[in-house]
Amino acid sequence: MIELLQTPSQTVGPYFAYGLVPKQYGYNHTNIITGSLVDENSAGEHIQIIGQVLDGEGVAIPDAMIELWQPDIKAIGRFGTGTDEQNRFIFNTIKPQSFEGQAPHISVVVMMRGLLVHAFTRLYFSDETEANAQDEVLRSVPEERRATLIAQRGELGGKTVYTFDIHMQGDNETVFFDV
Amino acid sequence: MDKRDWLVHPSYLFPDYQSTILRAPKRELLPIKANLSERTGPVFGLDSISPLDNDLTKNGCVNGEPLGERIVVSGRVLDQFGQPIRHTLIEIWQANAAGRYVHKVDQHAAPLDPNFVGGGRTLTDEEGRYKFYTIKPGAYPWGNHHNAWRPNHIHFSLFGPQIATRLVTQMYFPGDPLLQYDPIYKGAPEKNREAMISKFTLDLTEPNFALGYEFDIILRGSHANPFGI
Ligand SMILES: [Fe+2]
Repeated sequence: MIELLQTPSQTVGPYFAYGLVPKQYGYNHTNIITGSLVDENSAGEHIQIIGQVLDGEGVAIPDAMIELWQPDIKAIGRFGTGTDEQNRFIFNTIKPQSFEGQAPHISVVVMMRGLLVHAFTRLYFSDETEANAQDEVLRSVPEERRATLIAQRGELGGKTVYTFDIHMQGDNETVFFDV
Repeated sequence: MDKRDWLVHPSYLFPDYQSTILRAPKRELLPIKANLSERTGPVFGLDSISPLDNDLTKNGCVNGEPLGERIVVSGRVLDQFGQPIRHTLIEIWQANAAGRYVHKVDQHAAPLDPNFVGGGRTLTDEEGRYKFYTIKPGAYPWGNHHNAWRPNHIHFSLFGPQIATRLVTQMYFPGDPLLQYDPIYKGAPEKNREAMISKFTLDLTEPNFALGYEFDIILRGSHANPFGI
Protein backbone atom coordinates (compact mmCIF):
# COMPACT_ATOMS: atom_id res chain seq x y z
CA MET A 1 0.00 0.00 0.00
CA ILE A 2 1.40 3.38 -0.94
CA GLU A 3 1.47 6.07 1.62
CA LEU A 4 1.75 9.75 0.77
CA LEU A 5 2.43 12.67 3.08
CA GLN A 6 -0.37 15.10 3.82
CA THR A 7 -0.07 18.47 2.09
CA PRO A 8 0.95 21.01 4.76
CA SER A 9 -1.57 23.53 6.03
CA GLN A 10 -1.08 27.28 5.55
CA THR A 11 -2.86 30.35 6.89
CA VAL A 12 -5.91 31.79 5.13
CA GLY A 13 -4.09 35.12 5.33
CA PRO A 14 -5.85 38.47 5.56
CA TYR A 15 -7.49 38.49 2.13
CA PHE A 16 -9.81 35.49 2.12
CA ALA A 17 -13.06 37.47 2.09
CA TYR A 18 -13.75 37.86 -1.64
CA GLY A 19 -12.98 34.18 -2.24
CA LEU A 20 -14.73 32.55 0.72
CA VAL A 21 -17.37 34.98 2.02
CA PRO A 22 -17.84 37.48 -0.83
CA LYS A 23 -21.50 38.24 -0.20
CA GLN A 24 -20.97 39.18 3.45
CA TYR A 25 -18.19 41.60 2.49
CA GLY A 26 -19.98 43.04 -0.54
CA TYR A 27 -17.76 41.65 -3.30
CA ASN A 28 -19.12 40.99 -6.73
CA HIS A 29 -18.39 37.26 -6.83
CA THR A 30 -20.62 34.21 -6.54
CA ASN A 31 -21.11 32.86 -3.01
CA ILE A 32 -22.04 29.41 -1.75
CA ILE A 33 -21.66 29.38 2.05
CA THR A 34 -23.17 32.12 4.24
CA GLY A 35 -23.75 32.86 7.92
CA SER A 36 -27.16 31.20 7.77
CA LEU A 37 -27.16 27.43 8.27
CA VAL A 38 -30.92 27.23 7.75
CA ASP A 39 -33.55 29.32 6.01
CA GLU A 40 -36.26 31.27 7.79
CA ASN A 41 -38.89 28.58 7.28
CA SER A 42 -36.89 25.70 8.74
CA ALA A 43 -38.60 23.91 11.61
CA GLY A 44 -36.94 24.22 15.00
CA GLU A 45 -35.98 26.89 17.49
CA HIS A 46 -34.32 29.69 15.56
CA ILE A 47 -31.25 31.06 17.27
CA GLN A 48 -28.29 33.31 16.61
CA ILE A 49 -24.74 32.49 17.57
CA ILE A 50 -22.62 35.57 18.14
CA GLY A 51 -19.09 36.01 19.40
CA GLN A 52 -15.68 37.56 19.03
CA VAL A 53 -12.31 35.93 18.45
CA LEU A 54 -9.82 37.39 20.92
CA ASP A 55 -6.04 37.44 20.72
CA GLY A 56 -3.54 37.11 23.56
CA GLU A 57 -4.05 40.77 24.53
CA GLY A 58 -7.83 40.43 24.57
CA VAL A 59 -8.25 42.38 21.33
CA ALA A 60 -11.05 41.28 19.00
CA ILE A 61 -9.49 39.90 15.82
CA PRO A 62 -10.84 41.61 12.67
CA ASP A 63 -9.61 39.08 10.11
CA ALA A 64 -10.69 35.70 11.44
CA MET A 65 -13.09 33.37 9.69
CA ILE A 66 -15.29 30.93 11.55
CA GLU A 67 -17.01 27.89 10.06
CA LEU A 68 -19.76 26.05 11.86
CA TRP A 69 -20.67 22.46 11.01
CA GLN A 70 -23.95 21.34 12.55
CA PRO A 71 -24.01 17.57 12.25
CA ASP A 72 -27.67 16.90 13.16
CA ILE A 73 -28.95 18.89 10.18
CA LYS A 74 -25.81 18.52 8.03
CA ALA A 75 -25.45 22.25 7.58
CA ILE A 76 -22.43 24.49 7.22
CA GLY A 77 -22.04 28.22 7.82
CA ARG A 78 -19.21 30.64 7.37
CA PHE A 79 -18.66 34.18 8.66
CA GLY A 80 -15.70 36.56 8.70
CA THR A 81 -15.09 38.96 11.57
CA GLY A 82 -14.29 41.93 9.34
CA THR A 83 -17.72 43.43 8.66
CA ASP A 84 -19.19 43.96 12.14
CA GLU A 85 -18.18 47.06 14.09
CA GLN A 86 -17.24 44.94 17.07
CA ASN A 87 -15.60 42.30 14.88
CA ARG A 88 -18.19 39.72 15.84
CA PHE A 89 -19.26 36.67 13.89
CA ILE A 90 -23.03 36.31 13.60
CA PHE A 91 -24.67 33.03 12.58
CA ASN A 92 -28.32 32.10 12.15
CA THR A 93 -29.37 28.52 12.72
CA ILE A 94 -31.74 26.32 14.68
CA LYS A 95 -30.81 24.86 18.01
CA PRO A 96 -29.31 21.41 17.40
CA GLN A 97 -30.73 18.16 18.68
CA SER A 98 -28.70 15.57 20.50
CA PHE A 99 -26.66 13.70 17.93
CA GLU A 100 -25.19 10.21 18.13
CA GLY A 101 -25.71 10.10 21.90
CA GLN A 102 -23.88 13.39 22.39
CA ALA A 103 -25.23 16.62 23.87
CA PRO A 104 -26.45 19.17 21.30
CA HIS A 105 -23.37 20.78 19.83
CA ILE A 106 -21.83 22.36 16.75
CA SER A 107 -18.31 21.78 15.41
CA VAL A 108 -16.31 24.97 14.99
CA VAL A 109 -13.38 25.60 12.64
CA VAL A 110 -11.28 28.70 13.42
CA MET A 111 -9.09 30.31 10.77
CA MET A 112 -7.26 33.61 10.57
CA ARG A 113 -4.14 35.43 9.48
CA GLY A 114 -1.44 34.22 11.84
CA LEU A 115 -2.90 30.75 12.23
CA LEU A 116 -0.86 28.44 10.02
CA VAL A 117 -3.14 25.52 10.87
CA HIS A 118 -6.87 25.95 11.52
CA ALA A 119 -8.11 25.14 15.01
CA PHE A 120 -11.03 22.83 15.83
CA THR A 121 -13.32 23.41 18.76
CA ARG A 122 -16.94 22.65 19.73
CA LEU A 123 -19.85 24.76 20.84
CA TYR A 124 -22.28 23.46 23.48
CA PHE A 125 -25.35 25.18 24.94
CA SER A 126 -25.72 26.66 28.44
CA ASP A 127 -29.33 25.51 28.83
CA GLU A 128 -28.44 21.84 28.27
CA THR A 129 -26.94 21.25 31.70
CA GLU A 130 -28.08 17.64 31.96
CA ALA A 131 -27.06 16.58 28.47
CA ASN A 132 -23.75 18.42 28.84
CA ALA A 133 -23.02 16.56 32.07
CA GLN A 134 -23.34 13.26 30.20
CA ASP A 135 -21.43 14.27 27.08
CA GLU A 136 -18.36 12.16 26.51
CA VAL A 137 -16.30 14.85 24.81
CA LEU A 138 -17.11 17.52 27.39
CA ARG A 139 -16.34 15.10 30.19
CA SER A 140 -12.93 14.44 28.68
CA VAL A 141 -12.10 18.15 29.12
CA PRO A 142 -10.66 19.23 32.49
CA GLU A 143 -13.55 20.67 34.49
CA GLU A 144 -12.04 24.11 34.88
CA ARG A 145 -11.79 24.52 31.09
CA ARG A 146 -15.25 23.24 30.09
CA ALA A 147 -16.86 26.68 30.32
CA THR A 148 -14.84 27.79 27.27
CA LEU A 149 -16.95 25.43 25.15
CA ILE A 150 -20.37 26.54 26.38
CA ALA A 151 -22.31 29.26 24.59
CA GLN A 152 -24.41 31.38 26.95
CA ARG A 153 -28.09 31.74 26.18
CA GLY A 154 -29.56 35.23 26.20
CA GLU A 155 -31.95 37.46 24.33
CA LEU A 156 -31.36 40.36 21.99
CA GLY A 157 -34.08 42.23 20.11
CA GLY A 158 -36.60 39.45 20.67
CA LYS A 159 -34.23 36.78 19.32
CA THR A 160 -32.57 33.97 21.20
CA VAL A 161 -28.86 34.59 21.08
CA TYR A 162 -26.04 32.37 22.25
CA THR A 163 -22.80 34.17 22.97
CA PHE A 164 -19.63 32.25 22.24
CA ASP A 165 -16.30 34.06 22.43
CA ILE A 166 -13.19 32.26 21.25
CA HIS A 167 -10.03 33.05 23.21
CA MET A 168 -6.86 32.11 21.33
CA GLN A 169 -4.70 32.55 24.44
CA GLY A 170 -4.89 33.62 28.09
CA ASP A 171 -6.51 32.32 31.26
CA ASN A 172 -9.70 31.51 29.37
CA GLU A 173 -7.99 30.00 26.34
CA THR A 174 -10.62 28.05 24.44
CA VAL A 175 -10.17 24.30 24.36
CA PHE A 176 -9.00 23.23 20.90
CA PHE A 177 -9.07 19.60 19.87
CA ASP A 178 -6.67 17.42 17.91
CA VAL A 179 -9.45 16.40 15.52
CA MET B 1 -9.53 9.02 10.27
CA ASP B 2 -5.87 9.52 11.00
CA LYS B 3 -4.91 12.66 12.88
CA ARG B 4 -3.22 15.55 11.22
CA ASP B 5 0.41 14.59 10.75
CA TRP B 6 2.19 17.11 12.95
CA LEU B 7 5.50 16.22 11.33
CA VAL B 8 4.32 17.90 8.13
CA HIS B 9 1.94 20.64 9.32
CA PRO B 10 3.27 23.87 10.84
CA SER B 11 3.22 24.49 14.58
CA TYR B 12 0.80 27.15 15.76
CA LEU B 13 3.59 29.27 17.18
CA PHE B 14 6.22 30.22 14.60
CA PRO B 15 7.76 33.51 15.79
CA ASP B 16 9.37 34.37 12.43
CA TYR B 17 5.78 34.84 11.29
CA GLN B 18 4.92 37.56 13.77
CA SER B 19 1.15 37.30 13.62
CA THR B 20 1.37 33.85 15.20
CA ILE B 21 2.66 35.30 18.48
CA LEU B 22 -0.64 36.61 19.87
CA ARG B 23 -2.86 34.23 17.97
CA ALA B 24 -1.35 30.75 18.36
CA PRO B 25 -3.11 28.63 20.97
CA LYS B 26 -0.64 28.09 23.82
CA ARG B 27 -2.09 25.02 25.41
CA GLU B 28 -1.81 21.51 24.05
CA LEU B 29 -4.62 20.38 21.77
CA LEU B 30 -6.87 17.97 23.63
CA PRO B 31 -7.42 14.52 22.19
CA ILE B 32 -10.93 13.79 20.94
CA LYS B 33 -12.38 10.38 20.25
CA ALA B 34 -13.29 9.85 16.61
CA ASN B 35 -17.02 10.31 16.31
CA LEU B 36 -19.55 11.13 13.67
CA SER B 37 -19.64 14.88 14.33
CA GLU B 38 -16.22 15.39 12.87
CA ARG B 39 -16.48 12.41 10.50
CA THR B 40 -19.30 14.00 8.51
CA GLY B 41 -19.04 17.06 6.34
CA PRO B 42 -20.79 19.12 3.72
CA VAL B 43 -21.54 17.76 0.27
CA PHE B 44 -21.71 20.26 -2.56
CA GLY B 45 -23.59 19.45 -5.75
CA LEU B 46 -22.93 20.63 -9.26
CA ASP B 47 -25.71 23.18 -8.74
CA SER B 48 -23.48 25.08 -6.32
CA ILE B 49 -20.95 25.75 -9.08
CA SER B 50 -21.49 28.20 -11.94
CA PRO B 51 -19.93 27.52 -15.36
CA LEU B 52 -17.25 30.23 -15.08
CA ASP B 53 -16.36 29.57 -11.46
CA ASN B 54 -13.16 27.72 -12.35
CA ASP B 55 -12.06 30.27 -14.95
CA LEU B 56 -10.64 33.34 -13.23
CA THR B 57 -9.59 34.75 -16.61
CA LYS B 58 -13.29 35.17 -17.41
CA ASN B 59 -15.31 35.35 -14.18
CA GLY B 60 -14.28 38.91 -13.36
CA CYS B 61 -14.39 40.45 -16.84
CA VAL B 62 -16.04 43.85 -17.10
CA ASN B 63 -14.75 45.45 -20.31
CA GLY B 64 -11.94 43.18 -21.49
CA GLU B 65 -9.57 40.46 -20.37
CA PRO B 66 -7.32 40.49 -17.30
CA LEU B 67 -3.66 41.39 -17.79
CA GLY B 68 -0.86 38.95 -17.01
CA GLU B 69 0.38 35.51 -17.89
CA ARG B 70 -2.49 33.03 -18.41
CA ILE B 71 -1.95 29.73 -16.61
CA VAL B 72 -3.72 26.41 -16.13
CA VAL B 73 -3.55 24.91 -12.66
CA SER B 74 -4.62 21.29 -12.47
CA GLY B 75 -3.99 18.22 -10.38
CA ARG B 76 -5.60 15.54 -8.27
CA VAL B 77 -6.93 15.52 -4.74
CA LEU B 78 -6.01 12.22 -3.10
CA ASP B 79 -6.00 10.88 0.40
CA GLN B 80 -2.73 9.73 1.91
CA PHE B 81 -3.25 6.24 0.51
CA GLY B 82 -3.60 7.51 -3.03
CA GLN B 83 -7.37 7.17 -3.23
CA PRO B 84 -9.01 9.91 -5.28
CA ILE B 85 -11.29 12.29 -3.40
CA ARG B 86 -14.25 12.71 -5.70
CA HIS B 87 -16.69 15.60 -6.02
CA THR B 88 -15.04 17.64 -3.33
CA LEU B 89 -15.14 21.42 -3.29
CA ILE B 90 -11.96 23.40 -3.98
CA GLU B 91 -12.01 27.16 -3.52
CA ILE B 92 -9.12 29.43 -4.53
CA TRP B 93 -8.27 33.11 -4.19
CA GLN B 94 -5.23 35.09 -5.25
CA ALA B 95 -3.67 38.44 -6.10
CA ASN B 96 -3.70 39.76 -9.65
CA ALA B 97 -0.64 39.82 -11.93
CA ALA B 98 0.60 43.01 -10.23
CA GLY B 99 0.44 41.48 -6.76
CA ARG B 100 -2.70 43.30 -5.67
CA TYR B 101 -5.78 41.75 -4.07
CA VAL B 102 -9.22 43.26 -4.63
CA HIS B 103 -9.68 43.04 -0.85
CA LYS B 104 -10.40 46.48 0.61
CA VAL B 105 -7.76 46.06 3.31
CA ASP B 106 -5.00 45.53 0.73
CA GLN B 107 -3.35 48.94 0.33
CA HIS B 108 -0.34 47.80 -1.71
CA ALA B 109 0.32 50.51 -4.30
CA ALA B 110 0.00 48.23 -7.29
CA PRO B 111 -2.82 48.53 -9.81
CA LEU B 112 -6.12 46.74 -9.51
CA ASP B 113 -7.24 45.00 -12.67
CA PRO B 114 -10.80 45.92 -13.58
CA ASN B 115 -11.21 42.54 -15.25
CA PHE B 116 -9.90 40.31 -12.51
CA VAL B 117 -11.46 39.39 -9.17
CA GLY B 118 -9.21 36.47 -8.26
CA GLY B 119 -11.71 34.07 -6.72
CA GLY B 120 -12.72 30.67 -8.09
CA ARG B 121 -14.11 27.29 -7.18
CA THR B 122 -14.68 23.87 -8.66
CA LEU B 123 -15.51 20.26 -7.76
CA THR B 124 -13.12 17.38 -8.36
CA ASP B 125 -14.19 14.75 -10.89
CA GLU B 126 -14.40 10.94 -10.61
CA GLU B 127 -10.61 10.67 -10.46
CA GLY B 128 -10.21 13.48 -7.97
CA ARG B 129 -9.01 15.79 -10.72
CA TYR B 130 -9.61 19.54 -10.92
CA LYS B 131 -8.65 22.38 -13.25
CA PHE B 132 -8.53 26.17 -12.98
CA TYR B 133 -7.69 28.79 -15.57
CA THR B 134 -6.22 31.92 -14.07
CA ILE B 135 -3.50 34.58 -14.25
CA LYS B 136 -0.13 34.02 -12.61
CA PRO B 137 -0.31 36.02 -9.36
CA GLY B 138 2.34 38.63 -8.61
CA ALA B 139 4.49 38.84 -5.48
CA TYR B 140 3.45 41.45 -2.94
CA PRO B 141 5.05 43.19 0.05
CA TRP B 142 3.81 42.73 3.62
CA GLY B 143 4.71 44.12 7.00
CA ASN B 144 6.14 41.08 8.73
CA HIS B 145 9.75 42.30 8.65
CA HIS B 146 11.91 44.73 6.72
CA ASN B 147 11.53 44.24 2.96
CA ALA B 148 9.21 41.24 3.35
CA TRP B 149 7.61 39.94 0.14
CA ARG B 150 5.25 37.03 -0.25
CA PRO B 151 6.29 34.63 -3.01
CA ASN B 152 3.77 34.14 -5.82
CA HIS B 153 1.00 31.96 -4.47
CA ILE B 154 -2.59 30.86 -4.84
CA HIS B 155 -4.67 30.17 -1.71
CA PHE B 156 -6.49 26.81 -1.74
CA SER B 157 -9.34 25.69 0.52
CA LEU B 158 -10.58 22.07 0.49
CA PHE B 159 -13.11 20.07 2.43
CA GLY B 160 -12.62 16.40 1.59
CA PRO B 161 -15.26 13.99 2.89
CA GLN B 162 -15.29 15.11 6.52
CA ILE B 163 -14.87 18.19 8.65
CA ALA B 164 -11.75 16.44 9.92
CA THR B 165 -10.20 16.45 6.43
CA ARG B 166 -10.59 20.22 5.97
CA LEU B 167 -7.42 21.80 4.60
CA VAL B 168 -6.41 25.35 3.75
CA THR B 169 -3.06 25.68 2.04
CA GLN B 170 -1.18 27.75 -0.53
CA MET B 171 0.24 26.72 -3.87
CA TYR B 172 3.63 28.13 -4.81
CA PHE B 173 5.57 28.25 -8.09
CA PRO B 174 8.79 26.42 -8.95
CA GLY B 175 12.06 28.33 -8.75
CA ASP B 176 10.65 31.29 -6.83
CA PRO B 177 13.62 33.05 -5.12
CA LEU B 178 11.31 34.50 -2.45
CA LEU B 179 10.44 31.10 -0.99
CA GLN B 180 13.65 30.93 1.06
CA TYR B 181 12.71 34.18 2.86
CA ASP B 182 9.02 33.49 3.45
CA PRO B 183 8.10 32.57 7.05
CA ILE B 184 4.66 31.34 6.01
CA TYR B 185 6.07 28.81 3.54
CA LYS B 186 8.85 27.96 5.98
CA GLY B 187 6.34 27.60 8.80
CA ALA B 188 5.72 24.14 7.36
CA PRO B 189 8.43 21.66 8.40
CA GLU B 190 11.04 20.93 5.76
CA LYS B 191 9.90 17.32 5.55
CA ASN B 192 7.08 18.01 3.09
CA ARG B 193 7.26 21.75 2.44
CA GLU B 194 8.05 21.25 -1.22
CA ALA B 195 4.72 19.51 -1.72
CA MET B 196 3.26 23.01 -1.81
CA ILE B 197 5.30 23.93 -4.90
CA SER B 198 3.51 23.25 -8.16
CA LYS B 199 5.34 21.71 -11.13
CA PHE B 200 5.55 23.35 -14.51
CA THR B 201 4.61 20.85 -17.19
CA LEU B 202 4.25 21.00 -20.94
CA ASP B 203 1.63 18.25 -20.68
CA LEU B 204 -0.80 20.73 -19.15
CA THR B 205 0.41 23.70 -21.15
CA GLU B 206 -2.10 24.64 -23.84
CA PRO B 207 -0.43 25.70 -27.12
CA ASN B 208 -0.78 29.41 -27.88
CA PHE B 209 -2.88 29.86 -24.77
CA ALA B 210 -1.62 29.13 -21.26
CA LEU B 211 1.28 27.66 -19.26
CA GLY B 212 0.47 24.53 -17.27
CA TYR B 213 1.19 23.95 -13.58
CA GLU B 214 0.43 20.69 -11.84
CA PHE B 215 -0.51 20.68 -8.17
CA ASP B 216 -1.68 17.54 -6.37
CA ILE B 217 -3.13 17.85 -2.89
CA ILE B 218 -3.02 15.08 -0.31
CA LEU B 219 -5.66 15.03 2.44
CA ARG B 220 -5.82 12.83 5.50
CA GLY B 221 -6.91 9.22 5.14
CA SER B 222 -7.59 6.40 7.52
CA HIS B 223 -5.11 3.66 8.35
CA ALA B 224 -7.99 1.74 9.87
CA ASN B 225 -9.93 1.98 6.63
CA PRO B 226 -7.52 2.87 3.82
CA PHE B 227 -10.06 2.32 1.05
CA GLY B 228 -12.58 4.87 2.26
CA ILE B 229 -15.73 4.82 4.31
FE1 LIG C 1 -1.95 35.74 -0.16
